[in-house]
Formats: sequence, structure tokens, C-alpha cells
Amino acid sequence: MSGLDPVETFRQEAQDLLEEIEQGLLDLAHRPGDRDLVDAVFRGLHTLKGSGAMFGFDALAAFTHHCETAFDRVRKGEVAATPELVGAVLAAQDHMRALAEGRPASEAAGEDLLTELRRVVERAGNPVAAEAPSTPDLNTWRVTFSLPADALVNGTRPLPLLDELRELGECTVVALTDAVPDFDILVPTECHLAWEVTLVTKHGRDAIEDVFIFVIDDMTLDIQDMSAVPVPVETASEPAETASALPSSTPQAEAANEGRGAKTGGDTVRVPAERLDEMMDRVGELVIAQSRLKQLAASSSDIALRAVAEEIERLASEMRDTMMVVRMVPIAQLFGRFRRLIHDLARDTGKTIELSTEGEATELDKTVIERLADPLIHLIRNAADHGLETPEQRLAAGKPEAGQVILAARQSGAEVVITIADDGRGVDRARVRAKAEENGLIQPGQVLSDNELLQLIFAPGFSTAAAITNLSGRGVGMDVVKRTIEGLRGAIELTSTPGQGSVVSLRIPLTLAIIDGLLVRVGTSRYVIPLASVEECVELSVEQDKRSAGRSLITLRDQLVPFIRLRQMFATGLAPDAHQKIVVVSTGQERVGLVVDQILGDHQTVIKALSGFHAEVGAFSGATILGDGGVALILDIGHLVAAGQRADTQLRAAS
Amino acid sequence: MNTETAGDPIEALTFDLRGETFALEAGLVREVLDLLPETGVPGAPPFVSAVINFRGRIIPLVDLRVAFDMEAAEPTIDSRIVVIEYDLDGEPTLIGLRADKVHEVTTIDRAVTEEAPRVGLQWRADFIRLLARRDGDVIVIPDLDQIFAARGRSGASVTSLHAIQS
Repeated sequence: MSGLDPVETFRQEAQDLLEEIEQGLLDLAHRPGDRDLVDAVFRGLHTLKGSGAMFGFDALAAFTHHCETAFDRVRKGEVAATPELVGAVLAAQDHMRALAEGRPASEAAGEDLLTELRRVVERAGNPVAAEAPSTPDLNTWRVTFSLPADALVNGTRPLPLLDELRELGECTVVALTDAVPDFDILVPTECHLAWEVTLVTKHGRDAIEDVFIFVIDDMTLDIQDMSAVPVPVETASEPAETASALPSSTPQAEAANEGRGAKTGGDTVRVPAERLDEMMDRVGELVIAQSRLKQLAASSSDIALRAVAEEIERLASEMRDTMMVVRMVPIAQLFGRFRRLIHDLARDTGKTIELSTEGEATELDKTVIERLADPLIHLIRNAADHGLETPEQRLAAGKPEAGQVILAARQSGAEVVITIADDGRGVDRARVRAKAEENGLIQPGQVLSDNELLQLIFAPGFSTAAAITNLSGRGVGMDVVKRTIEGLRGAIELTSTPGQGSVVSLRIPLTLAIIDGLLVRVGTSRYVIPLASVEECVELSVEQDKRSAGRSLITLRDQLVPFIRLRQMFATGLAPDAHQKIVVVSTGQERVGLVVDQILGDHQTVIKALSGFHAEVGAFSGATILGDGGVALILDIGHLVAAGQRADTQLRAAS
Repeated sequence: MNTETAGDPIEALTFDLRGETFALEAGLVREVLDLLPETGVPGAPPFVSAVINFRGRIIPLVDLRVAFDMEAAEPTIDSRIVVIEYDLDGEPTLIGLRADKVHEVTTIDRAVTEEAPRVGLQWRADFIRLLARRDGDVIVIPDLDQIFAARGRSGASVTSLHAIQS
């Protein structure tokens, strides 16, 4: 039952490798000369091929082999990493993904990709000779290296490494035995030897480092130039960095190395997401049971019981916090996917697009991240397709040729704010208005604030693209994006400056499983209002109540705020309490007051979804179990605010 | 759901709704509960007007009487909730069904069952999967697929979701 299916393990590994390869390739498109990147991609391909063959993915191994060969040539400087080549390997990489996932992939398609790859490699061949640091003079190098103790177990063989060094030039090899333990405690499968090699060669440092390319992350390697003449600086971009010992370097390289067997450092465990979900459920039940215990203890005079109850409360809350952290993943996972999207978008639109990301380390619940992927893809497409101008238009407008798309994430309280910004032409208000009038969303000539006008973009059935392009406008509109975000209990906002670009901000709660809520009573039922959307609570005085009987509006610090009497809305049929309260909630810019009978306090709640029967009710986003075993429904603020605003508009229209 | 072969007798839990006897395959039934505190869902149809806390899970409470145009009755000492597990819109869902009284699990012979007649019935015919004769009385085996898909609306015409093989 422990899910240690080797094939499945390989698939996961392959997925990681492919992602790394993809990242490497995309970076390479920007920095074609970067040797580290070339090496990282090459190693990724090599590991993929090797593991693939080991686990019986022969088609994958065979296919990958060709890409590896191509990259080997890049690595050796025979072929330049042209954008074309990168593109061809990227395309091939999709095929590899299909093969790794066991999806049906046509051989013909694979063959086409390889033909294309070969063609591109031929064209990219014979690059500028300057790449290879050709120093015809012989240099003397002292290479000292040692392998980790488990290297032999993991299948690294030192002898071929030495042989390869010998191929470079004249070698004197001395084994360093200092680290070898006493014979009686020596474990024969461990590698304790180190080697000092004096090498006289015409090759440069790169060639020597290449020998160790597959083991470089785990080993210690020291290459010293013993010649009197200093070596010409090979790579101007990174001077001293490669000179000293090379411990584990890039995360890519590290992960690429995982494929070679047991991991050495940074213990991580892969756990299927369902197990985490199950655990989250258990924690949820624990929290509920704990709050029942708390109530019992509070009504008891038994001091020992109270002490235990407090102890359990603390443990449960720590447990919940830990659990939340476990489920958190950095948003880099999500952002990483979009680099490929931008690459493809740039190709398809003929625009030059630069993607920059900020706050990639921001963490979000895994489920949330997954559900954010589609809306973000849509928003980025929109930015690239509708937002950014063509290079000619940009130059004409005095902007740099390359359009910017900036993807940023940051945490703000219990929310994460994600922004998608572009420096394009901005939203064309006149066109939005024309379109909205055409679709009957607004009356011709209706007075709207700028914000209201922009919000029309999120209305169902709205699409401004004059021509439906291949990219955006494929049926999913901004209304779907909005609904998805609201389904995550988040909010979406759009701001735009004509000629300067647009910013879409998403505010997403950190987790879907637990919220801090304000527990209120309406009639005899209790409801939870998500605390994140609560702005303040005020008393609704009897006079105000009477006065506002016709118009449900209160004045709050010189602003009119519409309010909803939940008692009426929920048709409790009971007389209101004498001291009603108004809980003012907001979604971004819209505010609305909710009139409740009593505020019971704040309450941390485990959210349970409602069944399909109640999904269509709309006013509730879920339910939760209270300490006494009762059920409280969680109010869907987005829905209520919309309802409040609608009522408000009707009132204004009527008056 | 309707996997029984034509000849097999049906093991069913029988219960009363306003004097009529209904039956559900015993395999669907998870538990029979005494009445629990209910939480009304404002805005939900009377067919499924409330939710209950069933062992830490929040499940909808369905009133089949609405689907069969019966009047609601005050709960009595015999009132129960029958918890079943059923595929609702493709999701296995725990659902509570109100019952005025729950009887025993009984075996219904296929020979005494027949399909609901198209006429002469004050109920929606597609809400009934089978009628069984017993001791001069009739047991109704409701078609939960149809009832749930129609959300218990007895008046509205709903296109049949799946033809029923029997």
C-alpha cells in the first residue's frame, strides 16, 4: 500500500527533470552563451535518458538520446544554442513528457520533431570559434578531487574519470589516502580515496570540469593553474566563481543528480496530495472535538480537566498550523509554468515579451495553487494578446520594443496578493463601453464611474477582442476567471492607465481548508462571516433602523454604505433583537453592511463544502461545525455584496 | 445502483412517509438515526431545506415527501433519518432522508414488482422505479436518480437523465 511503484516514482522524477530542462532551455533562450545552463540541460536530458531506460521507458530513452546528443554538441561548442535549437528541443520536450506519462504519442510526430532537431542542429553548427578558449600553449593544472563516501554505491566509478583526464593530456595521478580509516573499521563499499592529478594539457579549465560533469555536485573538486602564465579569462561573465572548489551549485543540478540514486542531503519526502487532504480532514475533526472539550471544561470546576483541555487546545492549534505549513508550496511552482507560455505567446503574436516575476517564494496552499493555474494563464494571455502592442506600435509610442509582463506575489495578512501587470496600451474605455452597450450590459449613455466601467470586463458574456484570436477569446472569458477566483474565496480587481498598461490583482486566501470567521446569530441560526472581509462592526440604533426602513443605507464616516437585513433575507420570521449590529464587509472596493442580531465572537473554522443540493443556493460558500456540534453556514461575501449593490442600484434608480 | 439482475430478490429497508410505505435497497443505507438538531439553509428548496451534522460531516437532509406532493408533518417519536450514500452529480455523497417511521429490512421478490403505471398515479411516474405488492398493499421503490436530478420538484418536467434498465 505504500505506493512505492517504481514506475510512478520514475514518472514523478521525469516530471521534475522535464520541468528543470524546460526552465534551463527558457533561460538559455535569453543567455545563449551560458555554459552552466547548457550543462544543466544536458545533465537533465542525460539523467532522463538513463532513468528512462532503467525503468523500461525505452521509447522515451531512445527519443531523449537524440536531444541529448544535440546538446552534447552544444556543450562541446560544436553547435551554438540558437533560439531555433532551443525551440526545437522545447517542442521535443513536450513529446518526452507524453512518453513519460505513458500517454499515446505518435511515432511519426516524434520522428518529425527529430528531423526538425537535426535540421536545426546542422544550421546551428560551426559557431563562432571564439567560444572555445583555445590556448595552444600547454598549461599545467593541478586537479584535486574526492568523491562522497557513497559514490561507489551510487554507481560512480572513479577510474573512467581518471581515464578521461588522461585523454586530455599527460597525467600524473597520485592517490591521497589520508582519509582512509583504519582497516578494522573500513567499510569496503565506501570511497575514501582522493586523487591529485597533475595534468599537462592544451585544454582549458572547462574541459577539465567537463570530465566531472555528472558528479560535480556531490564531490569536492579543486583545479589550480600551475603554469607561470595566467590563463586567459575564459568566461568574462563569471570570473572567480568557478575557480575554487565546487560544492553543490544550482538547484537544477542538484535535483538532476537525484536520479542517480539515494539522495545525499536535504531530506524531503514525496507524499501523495490525497494523504495530506486526509490528514487535513483529521486535523479538522480534531479541532472540532477540541472545541467541544473546551466547552465542557469551561462549564466544569475540575481544574485538572481544564488544564488538559488547555493543553489539548494548544496542541490542536499547533498541529493545525503545522499542517497548514506542510500544505504550502512556493508559488514559484506556478510561475515557472508561465515562462513557457510567454515563450509561446511571443512566438505566436510576433511581439517581444519579457516576463519578470517577483515574490516567487510566497507560499500558498497546494490546492489553491492548482486552481489558480487556469485563471492566471488566461490573464497572462490577455495581457500579452490584448494588452501589449506590437513592436512597431510600441516604438511609435516611444516605449521600448519589448513589452513587459510582470507577475508578482506577496503575502498580506491571511491573503496572498498576486498581480499581473503589463506596460501595454491599457484598457480602451470607449471600446468597453461600446461593447457593454452592444451586449445590453448597460444602457446607452449610462453614467458609470471609471471603476464600474472597468468591472464590466468581468461581466458574463463580455469580450473586447475585436477579432477572436487563437490566444484569448477561446470561450473562456474574464467572467470565468472572476468566478474561479471567487470560488477560492478571493477577489479580483483591475486597474488600468491608458497608454501605460493594466494591472490585475488577485487577492487569494492562504488556504481553503480553514478560515478565521466572525460568528454571528441571525434569528435562531448561527453564521460565520470570513474575518478577512470584515471591516468593522457598528451598532444599528433603533432610530437608524426606523429611519432607514425605506432605504437600507447608513452613513459611515461620510460614506453611504448599503446594508442588508439578513433576518429578512433569510426569512427567519422572527422579531429582530433590540440591539442589532451591522457587520461591514467588503470585497476590495465594494462595501456592504450585514445586519445581524448578535455578534458571538471570532471562531476558527474548518470549512466543509456543501453538497450539490445546496451549491446552487449561492449565499453560502460552505458550512462548519461548531463546538456544541451545531452547524453554522459560512456566508459567501462576494455573493452578498453583489446582492447588496444590486439592491442599492435599484434604490438609486427608483429615487 | 440498478445493478441487480432481473431474478434476484431485492433486500430493502422499508419506511413510511405519510402512510405510504417506501423501500430503499439496503446496500445504500449507511445508518438510521434519531432526529438530530437541524440547521436550515435559507433559500434552499423545501425538498432539501436543512443540513445536519452526521459524525463531523455536514450532510443535506432530504424530504422525499416534497417529491411526492405529501404534506410535511410534525416530527413524532417515530421520526428517523435514514442516511444513505448516493452518487449526487457524480460525487459519492452522504444524504439524510427524512422518514416518518422506519421498518425492518425485508426481501422483495422480483415477481411481485412491476413498473409504475403511466396513468392513474398522482405522483410523477419517473420518480418511481418499481412498485411492489405486499399483503394487498403497495411498496414504492423510488427512483432516487430522477428525484435528485429534479431536486425533488414534482411539478417541473425534467428530461430523463438515464434510461433505466430493469
